[in-house]
Amino acid sequence: MNRVIIALISGMLFGAGLVLSEMVNPIKVQSFLDLFGNWDPSLALVMGGAVAVTLISSRFILQRQTPIFADRFYMAMTTNIDSRLVTGAILFGIGWGLSGYCPGPGLVNAMINPNEAIIFIPALIIGGWIGQKFSA
Amino acid sequence: MLENLPIEALYGGILIGLSAALLLAFNGRIAGISGILYNLLFNNLGDYDRNWRLAFLIGLLVGGYALLPVDFALREGYSGLLLALSGLAVGIGTRIGNGCTSGHGVCGIGLLAGRSIVATLIFMGAGIITVTLLRIMSI
Repeated sequence: MNRVIIALISGMLFGAGLVLSEMVNPIKVQSFLDLFGNWDPSLALVMGGAVAVTLISSRFILQRQTPIFADRFYMAMTTNIDSRLVTGAILFGIGWGLSGYCPGPGLVNAMINPNEAIIFIPALIIGGWIGQKFSA
Repeated sequence: MLENLPIEALYGGILIGLSAALLLAFNGRIAGISGILYNLLFNNLGDYDRNWRLAFLIGLLVGGYALLPVDFALREGYSGLLLALSGLAVGIGTRIGNGCTSGHGVCGIGLLAGRSIVATLIFMGAGIITVTLLRIMSI
């Protein structure tokens, strides 16, 4: 039960961060990616702020043998950079640029711009399902 | 340009970082949205594995809802075809690449995972090229 409450709080922080930072504004995301056009650098602060926290906190967290409420740390075991990783990242980047939505902001937009979310979210789920077929 | 950067973007980023740190420190889990979503939808999970993922996604919506309404103008009339292609590409790409902006970009880089650093550089590059092409083609 403790772990479910932690997950709920973690999700709330994440959702609040996405809205506060305006990551949920796809026009702003596309402007951030428009490096060679009318570039809007402000979203670099989102990534910078988030990574600063995870870089510092991870050092301390991983000094523990186990997490506070769980028996071990669940991380990806693979370390090799293979064609699946590269292909996946290329496809994801193309999709991200096409709309300005990555998964988190895409989901939160169900409450902000449902006219777009009603297309993006089902397509995201179908895409994930197709990807799953290549992952089994 | 740089002095006009919105401080809210930094605060929002810090909240996202704290979210990831909390989930890792207490539950030992990576706050990767795409992985959490796909595991919930496509894998047979035990009660706990289902419940924490569901709680995270409910929290994501509740936390976002708490700060609504947004003060930016909503995009209108954007191509439905582009939205659909985008969703498909993001879905397939994040599934076979095992992560998105959160899992690779925020959590993975924080852990100095080589795979995540490479993935983030590639998807940022692909996103930049895609937006540049859209602008050149005036879409």
